Amino acid sequence: MGRFIRLIFALALLGLAVFFFVTRPGQVDSASFDGLTPDPVHGKDVFHAAGCASCHVAPKAEIGDAPVLAGGQAFPSDFGTFYAPNISPDPVAGIGGWSAVEFANAVQKGVSPAGKHYYPAFPYVSYAKITPQDLVDLKAFMDTLPAAGEANMPHDVGFPFSYRRALGGWKLLFGGSDWVVTDVSTPELERGRYLVEVLGHCGECHTPRNALGGLDRAAWLTGSVLPGEGKVPGITPSELDWSPEDIAYYLESGFTPSFDSAGGAMAHVVENMSKLPAEDRNAIAAYVASLP
Amino acid sequence: MANKLLTSLTLMASMTAGAAFAGGHIEGAIKARQGQMQLYAHYLGILGGMARGNADYDAAAAQAAADNLLAVASLNAGSLWPQGSDMDSAEGTRAKAAIWENFPDVGAKSMALTSAAANMATAAGTDLDALRAAMGDLGGTCGACHKAYRGR
Repeated sequence: MGRFIRLIFALALLGLAVFFFVTRPGQVDSASFDGLTPDPVHGKDVFHAAGCASCHVAPKAEIGDAPVLAGGQAFPSDFGTFYAPNISPDPVAGIGGWSAVEFANAVQKGVSPAGKHYYPAFPYVSYAKITPQDLVDLKAFMDTLPAAGEANMPHDVGFPFSYRRALGGWKLLFGGSDWVVTDVSTPELERGRYLVEVLGHCGECHTPRNALGGLDRAAWLTGSVLPGEGKVPGITPSELDWSPEDIAYYLESGFTPSFDSAGGAMAHVVENMSKLPAEDRNAIAAYVASLP
Repeated sequence: MANKLLTSLTLMASMTAGAAFAGGHIEGAIKARQGQMQLYAHYLGILGGMARGNADYDAAAAQAAADNLLAVASLNAGSLWPQGSDMDSAEGTRAKAAIWENFPDVGAKSMALTSAAANMATAAGTDLDALRAAMGDLGGTCGACHKAYRGR
Protein backbone atom coordinates (compact mmCIF):
# COMPACT_ATOMS: atom_id res chain seq x y z
CA MET A 1 0.00 0.00 0.00
CA GLY A 2 2.77 2.40 1.02
CA ARG A 3 4.46 1.57 -2.24
CA PHE A 4 1.32 2.44 -4.20
CA ILE A 5 0.99 5.84 -2.49
CA ARG A 6 4.65 6.50 -3.18
CA LEU A 7 4.06 5.70 -6.85
CA ILE A 8 1.05 8.04 -7.09
CA PHE A 9 3.07 10.75 -5.35
CA ALA A 10 5.99 10.27 -7.73
CA LEU A 11 3.70 10.38 -10.77
CA ALA A 12 2.02 13.57 -9.52
CA LEU A 13 5.43 15.17 -9.00
CA LEU A 14 6.49 14.11 -12.45
CA GLY A 15 3.27 15.57 -13.90
CA LEU A 16 3.87 18.85 -12.12
CA ALA A 17 7.46 18.93 -13.32
CA VAL A 18 6.33 18.35 -16.91
CA PHE A 19 3.64 21.05 -16.56
CA PHE A 20 6.10 23.60 -15.21
CA PHE A 21 8.64 22.63 -17.84
CA VAL A 22 6.32 23.00 -20.84
CA THR A 23 4.64 26.18 -19.52
CA ARG A 24 7.88 27.96 -18.58
CA PRO A 25 8.17 31.50 -20.01
CA GLY A 26 10.49 31.43 -23.03
CA GLN A 27 13.37 33.79 -23.70
CA VAL A 28 14.88 35.20 -26.88
CA ASP A 29 18.51 34.48 -27.73
CA SER A 30 20.07 37.64 -26.29
CA ALA A 31 23.15 37.24 -28.51
CA SER A 32 21.10 38.18 -31.58
CA PHE A 33 20.75 41.71 -30.16
CA ASP A 34 24.49 42.24 -29.56
CA GLY A 35 26.22 44.91 -31.61
CA LEU A 36 23.10 46.29 -33.32
CA THR A 37 22.94 50.06 -33.84
CA PRO A 38 19.36 51.28 -33.27
CA ASP A 39 17.91 53.54 -36.00
CA PRO A 40 14.90 55.45 -34.61
CA VAL A 41 14.02 56.87 -38.06
CA HIS A 42 13.52 53.38 -39.47
CA GLY A 43 11.88 52.42 -36.17
CA LYS A 44 9.08 54.85 -36.98
CA ASP A 45 8.17 52.79 -40.07
CA VAL A 46 8.26 49.60 -37.98
CA PHE A 47 6.05 51.30 -35.39
CA HIS A 48 3.41 52.25 -37.98
CA ALA A 49 3.56 48.89 -39.76
CA ALA A 50 3.07 47.10 -36.42
CA GLY A 51 0.16 49.39 -35.51
CA CYS A 52 1.33 49.87 -31.90
CA ALA A 53 -0.40 53.21 -31.39
CA SER A 54 -3.87 51.99 -32.42
CA CYS A 55 -4.19 49.90 -29.25
CA HIS A 56 -1.83 51.68 -26.86
CA VAL A 57 -2.98 55.32 -27.00
CA ALA A 58 -5.56 56.30 -24.37
CA PRO A 59 -9.22 55.67 -25.30
CA LYS A 60 -10.33 58.08 -28.06
CA ALA A 61 -6.94 59.85 -28.10
CA GLU A 62 -5.64 61.05 -31.48
CA ILE A 63 -2.45 59.41 -32.70
CA GLY A 64 -0.80 62.37 -34.43
CA ASP A 65 2.96 62.57 -35.00
CA ALA A 66 4.04 61.77 -31.43
CA PRO A 67 1.42 59.47 -29.89
CA VAL A 68 1.21 59.21 -26.09
CA LEU A 69 1.17 55.45 -25.43
CA ALA A 70 -0.57 55.73 -22.07
CA GLY A 71 -2.74 52.61 -22.53
CA GLY A 72 -6.20 52.05 -21.07
CA GLN A 73 -8.24 50.94 -24.12
CA ALA A 74 -10.51 47.98 -23.36
CA PHE A 75 -10.51 44.84 -25.53
CA PRO A 76 -13.49 42.55 -24.86
CA SER A 77 -13.05 38.84 -25.64
CA ASP A 78 -14.69 35.51 -24.90
CA PHE A 79 -12.25 35.11 -21.99
CA GLY A 80 -12.65 38.50 -20.30
CA THR A 81 -11.78 42.13 -20.96
CA PHE A 82 -8.16 43.10 -21.47
CA TYR A 83 -6.80 46.61 -20.96
CA ALA A 84 -3.84 47.80 -23.03
CA PRO A 85 -0.91 48.77 -20.79
CA ASN A 86 1.18 51.93 -20.75
CA ILE A 87 4.13 51.41 -23.14
CA SER A 88 5.32 55.01 -23.13
CA PRO A 89 9.00 55.64 -22.23
CA ASP A 90 8.12 56.57 -18.64
CA PRO A 91 10.64 54.54 -16.56
CA VAL A 92 8.07 53.67 -13.86
CA ALA A 93 4.59 53.63 -15.42
CA GLY A 94 5.82 52.68 -18.90
CA ILE A 95 8.64 50.65 -20.42
CA GLY A 96 11.40 53.28 -20.62
CA GLY A 97 13.60 51.28 -18.27
CA TRP A 98 13.52 48.09 -20.34
CA SER A 99 16.61 46.77 -22.12
CA ALA A 100 16.42 45.69 -25.76
CA VAL A 101 16.35 42.04 -24.67
CA GLU A 102 13.53 42.63 -22.16
CA PHE A 103 11.61 44.44 -24.90
CA ALA A 104 12.25 41.54 -27.30
CA ASN A 105 11.05 38.97 -24.73
CA ALA A 106 7.82 40.95 -24.34
CA VAL A 107 7.16 41.50 -28.04
CA GLN A 108 8.35 38.15 -29.41
CA LYS A 109 7.81 35.72 -26.54
CA GLY A 110 4.94 37.41 -24.70
CA VAL A 111 6.95 37.36 -21.47
CA SER A 112 7.35 40.28 -19.06
CA PRO A 113 10.71 41.34 -17.54
CA ALA A 114 9.47 39.63 -14.33
CA GLY A 115 9.05 36.38 -16.26
CA LYS A 116 5.23 36.33 -16.45
CA HIS A 117 3.23 35.32 -19.53
CA TYR A 118 1.26 38.05 -21.28
CA TYR A 119 -2.21 37.32 -22.65
CA PRO A 120 -2.34 36.88 -26.42
CA ALA A 121 -4.56 39.97 -26.84
CA PHE A 122 -1.01 41.28 -27.38
CA PRO A 123 -0.18 39.79 -30.81
CA TYR A 124 3.22 38.36 -29.85
CA VAL A 125 2.53 35.19 -31.82
CA SER A 126 2.59 37.34 -34.98
CA TYR A 127 5.45 39.51 -33.74
CA ALA A 128 7.65 36.46 -32.96
CA LYS A 129 9.42 36.75 -36.32
CA ILE A 130 10.28 40.48 -36.18
CA THR A 131 13.94 40.83 -37.13
CA PRO A 132 16.30 41.82 -34.28
CA GLN A 133 17.26 45.01 -36.17
CA ASP A 134 13.60 46.07 -36.60
CA LEU A 135 13.03 45.40 -32.93
CA VAL A 136 15.85 47.61 -31.65
CA ASP A 137 14.88 50.31 -34.17
CA LEU A 138 11.29 50.15 -32.89
CA LYS A 139 12.39 50.52 -29.27
CA ALA A 140 14.63 53.44 -30.22
CA PHE A 141 11.71 55.23 -31.90
CA MET A 142 9.35 54.53 -29.01
CA ASP A 143 11.93 56.02 -26.63
CA THR A 144 11.52 59.35 -28.49
CA LEU A 145 7.75 59.53 -27.75
CA PRO A 146 6.26 61.44 -24.79
CA ALA A 147 6.22 59.71 -21.39
CA ALA A 148 2.89 59.13 -19.65
CA GLY A 149 2.39 58.48 -15.92
CA GLU A 150 -0.86 56.49 -16.10
CA ALA A 151 -0.80 53.22 -14.10
CA ASN A 152 -1.81 50.00 -15.89
CA MET A 153 -5.39 48.78 -15.43
CA PRO A 154 -5.69 45.15 -14.24
CA HIS A 155 -7.34 42.82 -16.79
CA ASP A 156 -10.87 41.72 -16.01
CA VAL A 157 -10.40 37.96 -16.53
CA GLY A 158 -11.99 35.20 -14.43
CA PHE A 159 -10.60 31.80 -13.39
CA PRO A 160 -9.26 29.62 -15.02
CA PHE A 161 -8.00 32.20 -17.54
CA SER A 162 -6.65 34.34 -14.70
CA TYR A 163 -4.01 31.63 -14.06
CA ARG A 164 -1.27 32.99 -16.30
CA ARG A 165 1.07 30.01 -16.04
CA ALA A 166 -1.43 28.04 -18.15
CA LEU A 167 -0.73 30.48 -21.01
CA GLY A 168 2.52 28.57 -21.43
CA GLY A 169 0.40 25.63 -22.58
CA TRP A 170 -1.60 27.91 -24.88
CA LYS A 171 1.63 29.16 -26.43
CA LEU A 172 2.78 25.58 -26.91
CA LEU A 173 -0.45 24.74 -28.75
CA PHE A 174 -0.99 27.91 -30.78
CA GLY A 175 2.30 29.78 -30.77
CA GLY A 176 3.44 28.12 -34.01
CA SER A 177 6.04 30.28 -35.59
CA ASP A 178 6.28 28.81 -39.10
CA TRP A 179 5.34 31.04 -42.01
CA VAL A 180 1.78 30.49 -43.22
CA VAL A 181 2.84 30.99 -46.82
CA THR A 182 6.01 28.97 -47.19
CA ASP A 183 6.84 29.80 -50.83
CA VAL A 184 7.58 33.39 -51.76
CA SER A 185 8.96 33.75 -55.24
CA THR A 186 9.93 37.46 -55.31
CA PRO A 187 11.47 39.96 -52.87
CA GLU A 188 8.19 41.93 -53.00
CA LEU A 189 6.17 38.89 -51.92
CA GLU A 190 8.69 38.17 -49.18
CA ARG A 191 8.39 41.74 -47.91
CA GLY A 192 4.59 41.52 -48.17
CA ARG A 193 4.60 38.29 -46.18
CA TYR A 194 6.69 39.92 -43.44
CA LEU A 195 4.35 42.93 -43.31
CA VAL A 196 1.11 40.88 -43.30
CA GLU A 197 2.07 37.82 -41.24
CA VAL A 198 4.40 39.57 -38.78
CA LEU A 199 4.35 43.37 -38.35
CA GLY A 200 0.82 44.09 -39.60
CA HIS A 201 -0.54 41.08 -37.64
CA CYS A 202 -3.48 41.07 -40.10
CA GLY A 203 -4.33 37.45 -39.26
CA GLU A 204 -5.16 38.36 -35.64
CA CYS A 205 -8.48 39.85 -36.80
CA HIS A 206 -9.02 38.48 -40.33
CA THR A 207 -8.41 34.78 -39.49
CA PRO A 208 -11.02 32.78 -37.53
CA ARG A 209 -10.13 31.39 -34.08
CA ASN A 210 -10.92 28.07 -32.42
CA ALA A 211 -12.72 27.63 -29.07
CA LEU A 212 -9.49 28.25 -27.14
CA GLY A 213 -8.68 31.41 -29.04
CA GLY A 214 -5.98 29.91 -31.27
CA LEU A 215 -5.82 31.05 -34.90
CA ASP A 216 -7.13 28.56 -37.47
CA ARG A 217 -4.19 28.96 -39.83
CA ALA A 218 -5.80 26.60 -42.38
CA ALA A 219 -8.45 29.31 -42.89
CA TRP A 220 -5.83 32.07 -43.16
CA LEU A 221 -7.34 35.55 -43.70
CA THR A 222 -10.74 34.18 -44.69
CA GLY A 223 -12.65 36.36 -42.23
CA SER A 224 -13.78 36.17 -38.61
CA VAL A 225 -16.14 37.59 -36.02
CA LEU A 226 -14.72 39.70 -33.20
CA PRO A 227 -16.42 40.60 -29.92
CA GLY A 228 -17.08 44.33 -29.93
CA GLU A 229 -16.14 44.67 -33.57
CA GLY A 230 -18.57 42.37 -35.37
CA LYS A 231 -17.95 40.60 -38.65
CA VAL A 232 -14.45 40.99 -40.06
CA PRO A 233 -14.35 40.34 -43.82
CA GLY A 234 -12.20 37.73 -45.50
CA ILE A 235 -9.48 39.33 -47.64
CA THR A 236 -8.24 36.41 -49.75
CA PRO A 237 -8.98 36.64 -53.50
CA SER A 238 -11.74 34.03 -53.13
CA GLU A 239 -13.40 36.20 -50.46
CA LEU A 240 -12.70 39.65 -51.88
CA ASP A 241 -12.56 40.57 -55.55
CA TRP A 242 -10.08 43.48 -55.41
CA SER A 243 -7.03 44.02 -57.62
CA PRO A 244 -3.62 44.60 -55.96
CA GLU A 245 -3.95 48.28 -56.98
CA ASP A 246 -7.34 48.43 -55.22
CA ILE A 247 -5.82 46.98 -52.03
CA ALA A 248 -2.84 49.35 -52.06
CA TYR A 249 -5.08 52.39 -52.66
CA TYR A 250 -7.41 51.30 -49.85
CA LEU A 251 -4.48 51.08 -47.42
CA GLU A 252 -3.30 54.52 -48.55
CA SER A 253 -6.63 56.39 -48.64
CA GLY A 254 -9.23 54.28 -46.85
CA PHE A 255 -11.34 54.24 -50.03
CA THR A 256 -12.74 50.94 -51.30
CA PRO A 257 -13.04 50.43 -55.09
CA SER A 258 -16.63 51.77 -54.84
CA PHE A 259 -15.43 54.74 -52.73
CA ASP A 260 -16.98 53.69 -49.49
CA SER A 261 -14.46 54.40 -46.73
CA ALA A 262 -12.93 52.23 -44.01
CA GLY A 263 -14.56 52.31 -40.59
CA GLY A 264 -14.07 50.86 -37.13
CA ALA A 265 -10.76 49.19 -36.31
CA MET A 266 -9.76 49.14 -39.99
CA ALA A 267 -9.79 52.95 -40.09
CA HIS A 268 -7.01 52.78 -37.48
CA VAL A 269 -5.10 50.34 -39.68
CA VAL A 270 -5.43 52.66 -42.70
CA GLU A 271 -4.22 55.56 -40.57
CA ASN A 272 -1.04 53.57 -39.85
CA MET A 273 -0.56 52.05 -43.30
CA SER A 274 -0.97 55.43 -45.02
CA LYS A 275 2.25 56.51 -43.28
CA LEU A 276 4.32 53.68 -44.79
CA PRO A 277 6.37 53.90 -47.99
CA ALA A 278 4.23 53.14 -51.09
CA GLU A 279 6.39 50.05 -51.84
CA ASP A 280 5.30 48.52 -48.54
CA ARG A 281 1.60 48.97 -49.33
CA ASN A 282 2.24 47.47 -52.78
CA ALA A 283 4.04 44.52 -51.18
CA ILE A 284 1.10 43.88 -48.83
CA ALA A 285 -1.27 44.02 -51.81
CA ALA A 286 0.90 41.62 -53.82
CA TYR A 287 1.01 39.13 -50.94
CA VAL A 288 -2.75 39.28 -50.26
CA ALA A 289 -3.55 38.93 -53.97
CA SER A 290 -1.26 35.86 -54.16
CA LEU A 291 -3.27 33.94 -51.55
CA PRO A 292 -5.57 31.08 -52.63
CA MET B 1 -43.07 89.22 -28.01
CA ALA B 2 -45.09 87.15 -30.45
CA ASN B 3 -41.97 86.92 -32.58
CA LYS B 4 -39.93 85.69 -29.66
CA LEU B 5 -42.56 83.08 -28.83
CA LEU B 6 -42.59 81.92 -32.43
CA THR B 7 -38.79 81.60 -32.41
CA SER B 8 -38.73 79.49 -29.26
CA LEU B 9 -41.60 77.36 -30.52
CA THR B 10 -39.72 76.75 -33.77
CA LEU B 11 -36.60 75.84 -31.80
CA MET B 12 -38.52 73.43 -29.60
CA ALA B 13 -40.21 71.94 -32.63
CA SER B 14 -36.88 71.28 -34.34
CA MET B 15 -35.36 69.85 -31.15
CA THR B 16 -38.22 67.39 -30.78
CA ALA B 17 -38.33 66.68 -34.52
CA GLY B 18 -36.77 63.29 -33.84
CA ALA B 19 -39.63 62.27 -31.58
CA ALA B 20 -42.26 63.70 -33.94
CA PHE B 21 -40.82 61.86 -36.94
CA ALA B 22 -40.50 58.57 -35.07
CA GLY B 23 -41.97 55.64 -36.95
CA GLY B 24 -41.93 55.56 -40.75
CA HIS B 25 -39.89 58.74 -40.92
CA ILE B 26 -36.92 57.10 -39.18
CA GLU B 27 -36.63 54.73 -42.11
CA GLY B 28 -36.93 57.64 -44.53
CA ALA B 29 -34.20 59.59 -42.77
CA ILE B 30 -31.87 56.57 -42.81
CA LYS B 31 -32.44 56.10 -46.55
CA ALA B 32 -31.95 59.81 -47.22
CA ARG B 33 -28.62 60.00 -45.37
CA GLN B 34 -27.44 56.83 -47.10
CA GLY B 35 -28.37 58.58 -50.36
CA GLN B 36 -26.13 61.46 -49.30
CA MET B 37 -23.30 58.96 -48.68
CA GLN B 38 -23.91 57.48 -52.16
CA LEU B 39 -23.56 60.94 -53.67
CA TYR B 40 -20.24 61.37 -51.85
CA ALA B 41 -19.10 58.00 -53.21
CA HIS B 42 -20.16 58.93 -56.76
CA TYR B 43 -18.26 62.22 -56.89
CA LEU B 44 -15.29 60.80 -54.98
CA GLY B 45 -15.25 57.99 -57.54
CA ILE B 46 -14.82 60.49 -60.40
CA LEU B 47 -12.03 62.33 -58.54
CA GLY B 48 -10.46 59.15 -57.19
CA GLY B 49 -10.43 57.50 -60.61
CA MET B 50 -8.23 60.37 -61.82
CA ALA B 51 -6.13 60.35 -58.64
CA ARG B 52 -5.43 56.64 -59.05
CA GLY B 53 -4.69 56.95 -62.77
CA ASN B 54 -7.64 54.77 -63.78
CA ALA B 55 -9.06 57.73 -65.72
CA ASP B 56 -7.30 60.56 -67.59
CA TYR B 57 -7.16 63.86 -65.75
CA ASP B 58 -9.90 66.18 -67.06
CA ALA B 59 -9.88 69.57 -65.33
CA ALA B 60 -13.48 70.45 -66.19
CA ALA B 61 -14.92 67.09 -65.11
CA ALA B 62 -12.84 67.17 -61.91
CA GLN B 63 -14.02 70.69 -61.12
CA ALA B 64 -17.67 69.74 -61.66
CA ALA B 65 -17.35 66.67 -59.43
CA ALA B 66 -15.59 68.67 -56.71
CA ASP B 67 -18.20 71.46 -56.82
CA ASN B 68 -20.99 68.93 -56.45
CA LEU B 69 -19.16 67.15 -53.64
CA LEU B 70 -18.86 70.45 -51.78
CA ALA B 71 -22.56 71.14 -52.35
CA VAL B 72 -23.51 67.74 -50.91
CA ALA B 73 -21.14 68.26 -47.96
CA SER B 74 -22.71 71.68 -47.32
CA LEU B 75 -26.26 70.38 -46.81
CA ASN B 76 -27.74 70.98 -43.40
CA ALA B 77 -28.08 67.30 -42.57
CA GLY B 78 -29.64 67.72 -39.10
CA SER B 79 -33.01 66.20 -40.03
CA LEU B 80 -31.27 63.13 -41.54
CA TRP B 81 -30.12 62.03 -38.07
CA PRO B 82 -33.23 61.89 -35.84
CA GLN B 83 -33.04 60.42 -32.33
CA GLY B 84 -33.79 56.70 -32.47
CA SER B 85 -32.16 56.12 -35.88
CA ASP B 86 -29.04 54.43 -34.47
CA MET B 87 -28.10 50.80 -35.16
CA ASP B 88 -29.39 49.60 -31.78
CA SER B 89 -32.82 51.19 -32.30
CA ALA B 90 -33.48 50.88 -36.05
CA GLU B 91 -32.95 48.39 -38.88
CA GLY B 92 -30.71 48.92 -41.90
CA THR B 93 -28.18 51.30 -40.40
CA ARG B 94 -24.67 51.06 -38.97
CA ALA B 95 -24.83 54.45 -37.21
CA LYS B 96 -23.57 54.02 -33.64
CA ALA B 97 -25.60 55.45 -30.77
CA ALA B 98 -22.41 57.30 -29.77
CA ILE B 99 -23.24 59.87 -32.49
CA TRP B 100 -26.10 61.22 -30.40
CA GLU B 101 -23.93 61.28 -27.26
CA ASN B 102 -21.08 63.25 -28.85
CA PHE B 103 -22.71 65.99 -30.90
CA PRO B 104 -19.87 68.54 -30.54
CA ASP B 105 -17.35 66.00 -31.84
CA VAL B 106 -19.65 64.83 -34.65
CA GLY B 107 -20.18 68.47 -35.63
CA ALA B 108 -16.41 69.11 -35.66
CA LYS B 109 -15.80 66.05 -37.85
CA SER B 110 -18.59 67.15 -40.20
CA MET B 111 -17.02 70.62 -40.43
CA ALA B 112 -13.66 68.99 -41.24
CA LEU B 113 -15.30 67.17 -44.18
CA THR B 114 -16.86 70.39 -45.51
CA SER B 115 -13.51 72.14 -45.23
CA ALA B 116 -11.68 69.28 -47.01
CA ALA B 117 -14.34 69.35 -49.75
CA ALA B 118 -13.82 73.12 -50.12
CA ASN B 119 -10.07 72.49 -50.52
CA MET B 120 -10.85 69.90 -53.17
CA ALA B 121 -13.04 72.42 -55.02
CA THR B 122 -10.01 74.74 -55.15
CA ALA B 123 -7.57 71.98 -56.12
CA ALA B 124 -9.50 69.74 -58.53
CA GLY B 125 -9.40 72.07 -61.54
CA THR B 126 -5.79 73.18 -60.92
CA ASP B 127 -3.81 70.04 -61.77
CA LEU B 128 -3.56 66.34 -60.98
CA ASP B 129 -0.99 66.74 -58.20
CA ALA B 130 -3.23 69.21 -56.35
CA LEU B 131 -6.20 66.87 -56.79
CA ARG B 132 -4.20 63.94 -55.41
CA ALA B 133 -3.13 65.90 -52.32
CA ALA B 134 -6.70 67.05 -51.62
CA MET B 135 -7.94 63.46 -52.04
CA GLY B 136 -5.74 62.28 -49.15
CA ASP B 137 -7.19 64.86 -46.77
CA LEU B 138 -10.74 64.03 -47.84
CA GLY B 139 -10.16 60.33 -47.17
CA GLY B 140 -8.89 61.21 -43.71
CA THR B 141 -12.08 63.09 -42.85
CA CYS B 142 -14.30 60.20 -44.04
CA GLY B 143 -12.24 57.76 -41.98
CA ALA B 144 -12.26 59.96 -38.87
CA CYS B 145 -16.04 59.76 -38.61
CA HIS B 146 -16.38 56.14 -39.69
CA LYS B 147 -13.69 55.08 -37.22
CA ALA B 148 -15.60 56.46 -34.27
CA TYR B 149 -19.23 56.28 -35.31
CA ARG B 150 -19.90 53.54 -37.84
CA GLY B 151 -20.43 49.97 -36.65
CA ARG B 152 -20.67 46.76 -38.62
